[in-house]
Parts: sequence; C-alpha cells; structure tokens
Amino acid sequence: MCKHVKQRLWRIIIGAVFFIAAILIDINAEWLNIALYLISYIIVGGDIVKRAVRNIFRGKVFDENFLMSIATIGAMLIGEYPEGIAVMLFYQVGELFQSYAVDKSRRSIADAMDIRPDYANVKRGDEVIKIDPDEVQIGDIIVIKPGERIPLDGKVIEGNSMVDTSALTGESVPREVEVGHEILSGCINVNGVITAEVTKEYGESTVSKILDLVENASSKKSHSEQFITKFARYYTPIVVILAVLLAIIPPLVVAGATFSDWVYRALTFLVVSCPCALVVSIPLSFFGGIGGASRKGILVKGSNYLEALAETEIIVFDKTGTLTKGVFNVQEVHPEGVSKEELLELTSYAESYSNHPISNSLKQAYGKEIDNGRISDVEEISGHGVIATVDGKKVAAGNIKLMKKLNIPYYEGEVVGTAVHVGIDNQYAGYIVIADEVKEDSARAIKELKEANIKQTVMLTGDAKNVGSKVAKQLGLDKVYSELLPGDKVEKVEELLSQKSKKGKLAFVGDGINDAPVLARADVGIAMGGLGSDAAIEAADIVIMTDEPSKIATAIKISKKTLKIASQNTVFSIGIKIIVLILSAFGIATMWAAIFADVGVTIIAVLNAFRALNVKNL
Amino acid sequence: MKKKFILKGLDCADCAAKIEHAVNKLDGVKEATVNFMTQKLVIEGEDDKMPAITQEAEKIVKRFEPDTVMKKA
Repeated sequence: MCKHVKQRLWRIIIGAVFFIAAILIDINAEWLNIALYLISYIIVGGDIVKRAVRNIFRGKVFDENFLMSIATIGAMLIGEYPEGIAVMLFYQVGELFQSYAVDKSRRSIADAMDIRPDYANVKRGDEVIKIDPDEVQIGDIIVIKPGERIPLDGKVIEGNSMVDTSALTGESVPREVEVGHEILSGCINVNGVITAEVTKEYGESTVSKILDLVENASSKKSHSEQFITKFARYYTPIVVILAVLLAIIPPLVVAGATFSDWVYRALTFLVVSCPCALVVSIPLSFFGGIGGASRKGILVKGSNYLEALAETEIIVFDKTGTLTKGVFNVQEVHPEGVSKEELLELTSYAESYSNHPISNSLKQAYGKEIDNGRISDVEEISGHGVIATVDGKKVAAGNIKLMKKLNIPYYEGEVVGTAVHVGIDNQYAGYIVIADEVKEDSARAIKELKEANIKQTVMLTGDAKNVGSKVAKQLGLDKVYSELLPGDKVEKVEELLSQKSKKGKLAFVGDGINDAPVLARADVGIAMGGLGSDAAIEAADIVIMTDEPSKIATAIKISKKTLKIASQNTVFSIGIKIIVLILSAFGIATMWAAIFADVGVTIIAVLNAFRALNVKNL
Repeated sequence: MKKKFILKGLDCADCAAKIEHAVNKLDGVKEATVNFMTQKLVIEGEDDKMPAITQEAEKIVKRFEPDTVMKKA
C-alpha cells in the first residue's frame, strides 16, 4: 500500500469513529450529535466536496464528486444525517478498494512481464564490464552468470547451462543450451556460466519485441468495453435528470406528497447514478484475461482479439510448422534384397555430398560419422537425384524419374511423404520415406478445440494430397485443402469466411513464415512459435510463444472465461442499479440500498474481474 | 503519425473514457485511445497538427482528471 492509499484509509477510519460516536451519543444533546456528524463528514468527504467545487469552475459538472456532494449534503439538509455520512463513507471505501484493486492488478501483470534486463556483462579485451543492454552492439561478446537474465539475443560460444524460459513461454521445464545454440533475451540462466556472441541489438531482440507488444496491448477495445463507456455516457445524465424531475414534480402534482420525502428519493437516485462499477470492471476483466494469458505464453494484442477468440467458429491451421514440426525426418525404410541398416547407410553415403534437406535427414537417421574415403564418383543429376560409388557399389538414390532413367523397376504404390528410391548396381534396393512429423500435442489440441465448441477445424497445406489427408485423418481435422500455392491460402480463407455465421469468427493459425497475408485476412490471426519470427509478431493478433498448438485451446478457454466474467459484471451491475432505481422511485428502497448498488456492486464486480487473472487450471 | 503518452495517476475509468471521447473530437485526430489499465494515451493524427493536438489533449486531461500528469512515453 502506498502512502496516498494509507492516508485515505486513515481518514476513513477516523471519520467512521466520529460517525459511530454520533450515532451512539444521547439524542438529548442534539447540537453535539450534529457537530459530531459534521466533523465526521468533513474528515471523510471534505476532499470530495473540494474537488466537486474545483471541477465546477473547470466546466465539468456531472462528475462523480459533484453527484456525491449533492446527494450527501442534500440528505443532511433534510435531516438524514446518518444516511448522508454513510453514503460518503462507503463511497470512499468503494473508491479506495477500487483504486487498490486496479493498482494491484496493474502491478501483478507488470511483475509477470518483468523480463527487462538491467545490464549486460560485455567482454572488452580481457575485461568484463557491466553496461546498459542498449549500448551493446552486434558481435559483442557477453558473459551470462548463473541467476542472471540474458540481456540480448545471441549464440553460445562457450559453456553450457540450463535456461529458464518460463517468463517468455510459460514453459516451466528449463531448456538446455550449449555451444552453437541460440539464446533469447529475457530468459534466465540457471546454473552454468555461458559466453555468447550478440546477434541482435537490444531494440531488435526478443525481450524488446515482447515488452513492446505487451505494453501496447489492448489499445484496441472490445465491444463490451465500447458498450459500457457509451452506456455510462448516457446513463449518468439521464439518472440525474430523472432525479431532478422526481424532486420537483410529484410534490406539486400528487396530493399529500411531502417535499422532503421526494427529495430523499431523488438523492437516492443521485447515489445510484455513478457509473463507476461498470466502467472499471469491464476493462479490469479484460486486462486480467490478457495478463493471465501472457503468463501462459500467449500474447494477446488487444481486448478486441480476446473477445473475437471467444466467438471463434472456424479455426484454420497451416500445416507445416504449426501442426507438424516443419522438420523432415526419415519415417519409414522399406528395403528390398538388403537389410534396413544397409539401405540407410548406403543411401546416406550416396547423398552425403548434397546439402539438400533430404540429405540432412538421412544423415541424421543414419546417426554415424560419414567416412569420405568410402565414396567416389559422385554425380548429382538435378531434379532426379544422385549417383555415387560407395564401397565399390554403384548407388543411385533419387525420385522415380531417376529410377526410370536408369531403367530400374521401382515400387509404384502410394507413399505418404517424399520417397527416396534406391538402386544398387542397377538393382532396386527399396525406398526410404521422409516426411514431416506431427507435433506431440497436435491431436490433443484439435480434440480440446472440439470440446470448446469450435465448429470446424481446417488445415491448409501446399503438400501433396495424400500427405495432407493422412495428417488430417491422424489429427481428426474436419477438412483439409492440399496442394495450395501461398496465394491460394488467402482465397481458401475467404471462402471459409463466407461459411461462418454472422457473429462467428474465423481464426487462422500459422507460423508466420509466408503466411502474413492470411494472418491479416482472418478475423483473428494467431502466430505460433513467436520467439523466432519477427514477421509473425508484427502480423498476428495473438502470438503463442511456444510451439504447442494446444495453447490455442488454452487461449480460447481463457477468452471464454474472460468474456463470461465481463458479461456477468455488465448484467449484474446494470441490473442492480436499475432495480434500486425503480424501488427508490416508489419509496421502497432507502439510501442504504443505493449505497449497496453503488459501492457493493463495485466491490463485487471488481472481485469478479480478478478471477480473469487466474488461469492456472485452463 | 502516432504518439504515445503515459497518463500518470489515472485513477478513474469513467474519466479515462471521457478523455478518450474528447481527444477523439479534436481537429486532426484520426484515432485516439485511452487504455485505463495501462495508463496510456495513444493519438494517431495528422503530422502538422500534432503539436496542437498534444497541447489540447493535455488540457483535456487536466480538465477531467486534475491529478493526472500527461507525459511522453
């Protein structure tokens, strides 16, 4: 609690003591009674009245200070001292609670996002000096000790360690880094000392990008927020006008109506007229939702996107890099006349001179060092494959075109993925299938999305039809469009956009590489693995820091919860206020009910909004 | 051009909405948003009118929330 808040709290307590004393004191000494009430009022509400007067001179009439001052002074003038002071007292309690809650929520999110590095240890000659990360240049060598935050993006050149990426990704298991690995700013080095070469300036590094994104989040407002501010703009003046009419007309028109009774009702109106609870609880809910999401490694650029996500009907995925790892691996080995190991070994050797991704996958699957002495006469035939002599055998490895060219009969059945056919000494020796691997949690992600009432899950891919269909079937997707060129993806998304209901939204999930136009076209663009790609962070509305598609389901759950809380708050606060207004117009509700409709509702709505921040079980 | 300001001490959500509404009506402002939770004011407006817009915005902030200080972010 800061000094300012403490001061206000003390004023409320002291004022309350005088108030209670005034109530308890003997009624016979009326002057003492009133004096105590007045002292209490001045202590509790003096600053409100002062502000009200000051604001009137600034040309701002209908503000809360003014309304509260009129309501409370009015109540005291018609002799209702306890009510008048109670209204002021509880109003102050509500205000205090509200500003404490807002401050706390601002702080808790700032803490969650406390990833700004304070300094960098830069090697200059033999010396290591501490400087501002802003002043470090690309190519500088930095030293990161255990427990320190990595200040800039770089590449490890010495040492190994475990790195805690939880602040960036929400992932609690530390990642191992060693020489040659990329390290990202904002993560914490856990145990070993690592030396790294800086690859990006501070302004361009991951930590700045994320901070920029988070700090500028929610500049775009959701419909609920827009509705509530608009509502507040009309609500207060209307209630004030009604209050004035209520005070003047009935005593003149209705027979036997007393002036003080109707003034009391009008003053009750004024107490209810403050729009505070509404206006603060809605942005607070969204802020909590966005903050909670960021703790899970999901960055949302605005509350409008969180809202749209909750209304999503169709989710369109890009295949490579999103549902699959985007890394090609040997999936199957089908030898003919040789052993599996032999086929893989000879093929890896034959392809070893090539730097094609397929060659790398083969080498990785083979797993042993390549002895260059065993290979000779390498001949690469572009668009076909390679022919090389390995251990004296003539090995031909490539596509069907190569087999046809060499007149080797080959397996003609369907293959899912890329097949490398192999001939040894002009005899067919079988084929190796290389394909992209599905991510561990992709199937779970699709299942969870279905459970979250997503009507359609669609996959787009540039890959061959059989590859696309196999992945789609494996993951349980509703639809797949394959063999698409990058431009076709936008077209397909537009086609799908026309299929959804009017209120429903379409989300596109991509890895940010080559799909920026699609990310922009969709109602909600979600980029995965945001740590790597700047383009993704720029183009997307929501960035998922990890590579896990299951986080999309988490994001949707968070968005639905946030929206539910926001609408609960809207309905509850407006509802209570209107009920109390009607009841007090008929003289049923007292000023105490009005205090509840103002302060009680604020406190309940704020507490409810706080739930949005809790995302542990989502 | 876009300019960002911090509204230090912004403590009232309704006032934030009122400030946003008023700044949006200023001449040359394309879009202005006040984010109550992050205490930020972002103004997008015509380049040559920006100094005037900034001055007017400052007055608006003072009028609705006298205890709030507008600073360049």
